[in-house]
Amino acid sequence: MIRWMDKSMLEIKDLKARIGGTEILTGLSLSVKPGEVHAIMGPNGSGKSTLALVIAGHEDYVVTGGSVRYMGQDLLELDPEERARIGVFLGFQYPVEIAGVNNAYLLKAALNAKRRTLGQPEVDAFEFLKLAREKMTLLDMDQALLNRGVNEGFSGGEKKRNEILQMAVLEPRLAILDETDSGLDIDALKAVAKGINSLRDPERAIVLVTHYQRLLDYVEPDFVHVLSGGRIVRSGDKSLAMQLEEKGYDWVREAANA
Amino acid sequence: MSTTTDDIATDIETLVNRRYKHGFITDIASDSLPPGLDESVIRAISQKKKEPEFMLEWRLKAYRHWLTMTEPEWAHVHYPKINYQGISYFSAPKSDEDRPKSLDEVDPKLLETYDKLGIPLHERARLAGVAVDAVFDSVSVATTFKEKLSEAGVIFCSFSDAVKNHPELVRKYLGTVVPYRDNFFATLNSAVFSDGSFVYVPKGVRCPMELSTYFRINAANTGQFERTLIIADEGSHVSYLEGCTAPMRDENQLHAAVVELVALEGAQIKYSTVQNWYPGDENGKGGIYNFVTKRGDCRGDNSKISWTQVETGSAITWKYPSCILRGENSVGEFYSVAVANNMQQADTGTKMIHIGRNTRSTIVSKGISAGRAQNAYRGLVRVMPQAANARNHTQCDSLLIGKTCGAHTFPYMEVRNPTARVEHEATTSKISADQLFYCRQRGISEEDAVNMIVNGFCKEVFRELPMEFAVEAQNLLNVSLEGAVG
Repeated sequence: MIRWMDKSMLEIKDLKARIGGTEILTGLSLSVKPGEVHAIMGPNGSGKSTLALVIAGHEDYVVTGGSVRYMGQDLLELDPEERARIGVFLGFQYPVEIAGVNNAYLLKAALNAKRRTLGQPEVDAFEFLKLAREKMTLLDMDQALLNRGVNEGFSGGEKKRNEILQMAVLEPRLAILDETDSGLDIDALKAVAKGINSLRDPERAIVLVTHYQRLLDYVEPDFVHVLSGGRIVRSGDKSLAMQLEEKGYDWVREAANA
Repeated sequence: MSTTTDDIATDIETLVNRRYKHGFITDIASDSLPPGLDESVIRAISQKKKEPEFMLEWRLKAYRHWLTMTEPEWAHVHYPKINYQGISYFSAPKSDEDRPKSLDEVDPKLLETYDKLGIPLHERARLAGVAVDAVFDSVSVATTFKEKLSEAGVIFCSFSDAVKNHPELVRKYLGTVVPYRDNFFATLNSAVFSDGSFVYVPKGVRCPMELSTYFRINAANTGQFERTLIIADEGSHVSYLEGCTAPMRDENQLHAAVVELVALEGAQIKYSTVQNWYPGDENGKGGIYNFVTKRGDCRGDNSKISWTQVETGSAITWKYPSCILRGENSVGEFYSVAVANNMQQADTGTKMIHIGRNTRSTIVSKGISAGRAQNAYRGLVRVMPQAANARNHTQCDSLLIGKTCGAHTFPYMEVRNPTARVEHEATTSKISADQLFYCRQRGISEEDAVNMIVNGFCKEVFRELPMEFAVEAQNLLNVSLEGAVG
């Protein structure tokens, strides 16, 4: 049905990016197909979050080389909001608080922005609330969070769940979840993992950016990549994550330098 | 007012297509006085308006006092010296030659704004001061309203009509809230005021509709020295809307209006303003100076006066709607959103003077600064020795957009009664790049994100506005801040 289905959804080739004067990504290549779950692991400072932000279009990062294609088009040409509307979602490591802006209001605006782009009719407040409540039940989220300011006074766990709620409502084709597991207690981690698993879909790709292996106990990746010095130094299946857990990142660093 | 403007548009249509049956023609040009100000000018104004002796006396007292005053300089605003002898103090409607001949001669930015606000075409011409044959005439619209009001016994008319038809009320209340000696601009207004609105709500009457200057006969061309007097008699209620969200153009740069509110025992007055005078171009050129004195007197026990304002226009705004809480248990409220963009300067706030026992006041001020604008909140809470158990809560928030604007807060508190409780909270926040990126990553454009954040910031004030006004105010804010980011 859709031609790119057989090919990569996300095709990153030799990507180089810098912030200020510092080169962070030094030639990163990655290929992600629909339906796949990829885990990107690596030590602090290896460029994991940078990769996520460059895909999302953060303007502080300057792409100095390489290419990023998404569903056959040049992603780097698009504004962040355009990328979002065609299905690129970033779950933030540190979701920002926006005081005074109703959580439900922002999410409804986001959903309708996407629907407009796809030529679908906008949802009204009733339809939206019904949808949001369904998804919240799935994520064991307190429904009161809908009527608070965006992330305003949310606990760490609530913020991360809110990111997954947004993902569940917006139904992106490509979801990049940046350290979604960090700062979560075990119950919250399980709830978030349950949410992510419920969103696995043959037409959706998920990229998990994580420092630790523990999320991968709950969300099983198809591929694991290890990032070091701004590029992928090793790729494998889930067993690679286990190895990392045992041997630590020094092991890949040495392997990369060897 | 979106629905009402539509209604009015239809009404204009009807009016335009109909022969002018009222046959109302005035020789406008001969009604103007040459620039300059002295006693003979005051006498001439009073004479032209066929005022009774007491009005002339009052104007003259004000004028003589004004001569002894100096222009205040304490406000956080800057403007070139005003030449008071260069102003015409009885400028009846401008003759057609002085006006733009058509919309083509009007600042295209202004027209763009009308477009965004969805102002009907006929309205645009009127608002921009274009000389048009079919001048908007609210007579027919107003007539229906007038009938309904007079059934309830409410007097709502121009100030001049009130002086003619209800001199006893004018005489009894004029200058009792803002005395003619009050301040430089109020005193000048007292001497030379041209016209304005007058409202009297009799005892126990709940005014059957929101009163809006929009529907007042002769609302246009009340000139730069407008005067409003609203009296709510015992146990009555009234809600009054002033202004219009459409940017108003005026040839007169200086606007020094006075508004006086009197609430007798158990009465409630709600006064809402949306002020959107022309702010000038990006460099502030041609904008209006809006130096207004607004004050309400909670004269009776258990009375309440509530001010809500959305200030987006003018090059310079200098205004402090205030409440004198004289009656026991009386309540004063001030809800304000003041936006300053580009080169605009705003120095606004309120004064709450607690005199009676158990008086309460609430101040919620939201200042938004963008561009190179300066926005100052200046507020005074004064608790007099006899005001036992007075309460005040002040919340004063500033939102900054960009790096070249400024927000300033000048709260003054004078508490002379130990049982008083006065609270002041202040915050300053910025729309951060992280917030904007977050919204954009969710598919929301930067402009929509700014609007969302700004409207969220203001919602405490917006919900005090009458419903249709609130929606308009929200749109207005969006338009005012367009391009403020990036």
